[in-house]
Amino acid sequence: MTTTASPAASTGRTAASADRAPTTTAPPTSGRSARRRQSVDRIYYLFLVPSLVLFTLAITVPALLGIFYSFTNFIGFGDWEFIGITNYIAVFSDPAILSSYLFTFGFAIVTVLLVNVVAFLLAVGLTAQIKAKTALRAVFVIPMVISGIVIAYVFNFLFSNSLPAFATAVGIGPLQESILANPDLAWISIVIVTAWQSIPGTLLIYIAGLLSIPGEVYEAAAIDGAKPFRQLWSVTLPLVAGYVVINVILGFKNYLNAYEVIVGLTNGGPGTSTRSIAMTIFTGFTGGDYAYQMANATIFFVIAIVISLIQLRITRGKAALA
Amino acid sequence: MTQTAASVPLGDAKRTAREASATTRPTRGRVGQERTNWSVMIILILCAVTVLVPLYVTVSMSLKTGAQAVDGNAFSLPSPIDFSGFAKAWELTNFPVSFTISVLITAGTVIGTVLLSALASYAIARNWDRRFFRWSFFYLLAALFLPFTVVALPQIQLTGLLGLANPVGVTILHIMFQLSFSILLFTAFLRSIPLELEESARIDGATTWQTFWKLIFPLLAPMSATVAIFAFLASWNDFMMPSLIIADSAQQTLPVIQNIFQTQFSTNYNVSFASYLMAMAPAIVVYLFTQRWVMEGVTQGAVKG
Repeated sequence: MTTTASPAASTGRTAASADRAPTTTAPPTSGRSARRRQSVDRIYYLFLVPSLVLFTLAITVPALLGIFYSFTNFIGFGDWEFIGITNYIAVFSDPAILSSYLFTFGFAIVTVLLVNVVAFLLAVGLTAQIKAKTALRAVFVIPMVISGIVIAYVFNFLFSNSLPAFATAVGIGPLQESILANPDLAWISIVIVTAWQSIPGTLLIYIAGLLSIPGEVYEAAAIDGAKPFRQLWSVTLPLVAGYVVINVILGFKNYLNAYEVIVGLTNGGPGTSTRSIAMTIFTGFTGGDYAYQMANATIFFVIAIVISLIQLRITRGKAALA
Repeated sequence: MTQTAASVPLGDAKRTAREASATTRPTRGRVGQERTNWSVMIILILCAVTVLVPLYVTVSMSLKTGAQAVDGNAFSLPSPIDFSGFAKAWELTNFPVSFTISVLITAGTVIGTVLLSALASYAIARNWDRRFFRWSFFYLLAALFLPFTVVALPQIQLTGLLGLANPVGVTILHIMFQLSFSILLFTAFLRSIPLELEESARIDGATTWQTFWKLIFPLLAPMSATVAIFAFLASWNDFMMPSLIIADSAQQTLPVIQNIFQTQFSTNYNVSFASYLMAMAPAIVVYLFTQRWVMEGVTQGAVKG
């Protein structure tokens, strides 16, 4: 794999890169860099600066702008003035926002539990002594690659046509009407479709975890007389605990941003019974509540950071960065 | 999983070690269970069916005639088989345009993500002892903590002001939201590439620019594949960002444009399912060809991220 550039070609290129170098940011002038100046190629700045500039414009500036506006009465255009933390106080006493947090957290908790239990059991099955392992695994991963909105539309049809027809045929009363139209049951459809879509990713992580357990551990457990279920509970589960933590936190963070599956199934309804935090924030785009919803988004951001910090704290050993 | 360790020539030490130890015991499992576990297998096949049912419904509905599709029986086989739904869907979604826009956004995101994050990661990994690069790394990683939901409103506002309320704006935002994760993967991988390789290239007179393109970038190929697949899936399937950013509905992406079947053509089930199928098929086809990297990528992404 060792590519050796011919000297002839390299002179041409050197000229080209020398032209380029002066246009980049000057290297830092700290003592350390001055000491090692000759070892820094300024082209490294050219490699990094485009990402920094674009990232700042596309992410940092909007984030700061949003936080800034959350302290104003800006409606998305025109004049505005500072109103302090008025928006924040209003957010905390707004029943529509509180109910969206309640719904989203409830939905996220239920989905995390369902997804992790199912994915863990499937992963145990897929690492057991079975045939067609590769083919089965390939099938289980398919939902991960399908657009959430499209699959939500497909399930929308199944929930509003096929399920009621089936319920009528076998005589299950409550399900004869579409569950999407039922304010008390609509959330279940969102849990099902979200789970259908996110089990594959979770499953793959559990498979990696299960494959990291040495076989000898099971031999020892078997010698001690542990039955398969006991092995699963007392041996496997503790040994993949780290993977459970990763899956639970990554999943929870994703589900808190629930949007497209809900748009495809209920669009927040019936009424506002399945309106998620993301959907509520986006109403600021059209409803003239820009600054108000930015306060909401800022609060949501703080929650996201807290969850991420918890994640970092727990998984620090695993990340092994730097 | 046996082939994975062999296929990665220069995986980082930890990962290679883990996979190597995995391969030494291919028949891992409980004692006395070397035979196929049929009960587990049957349960798994039943679960696999629940994955396939929605896909079967999509295919069969799309092949029905309009008259058969409205009877609401999702599971019946199409009889007669009728392709007119596809023709109608092609026309209603303006498929050539929406497909091209989706392809361009996705291709731009994949190329942009791989190039920008590989270049940035190389600069960071080789200058880790310099504060500017180290801080840049943590700065760029910050987006891992920032959901799109939080910055959506100002982004909509800014893209509007800058004339980027179009597919170009979506491409840039897609790249930026992939950047953190991709840089994380690339820098971890770069630390595992021995510096001696580069030093020998330098002695032969290669510049940094040449070293990167001729030596490092080819070595990054396995990780680039993972990064590219994640960028592809995130970009192709995204609904939230294009639906909010792209102002002109004639420039909408394929997933977003499917909403016309919820409003205007809500009972043309054969047409809508044909359209759904055309929207999901490209991702499934790509997946079938890249399964191994998709599966590896998820695992690594979780362990590193």
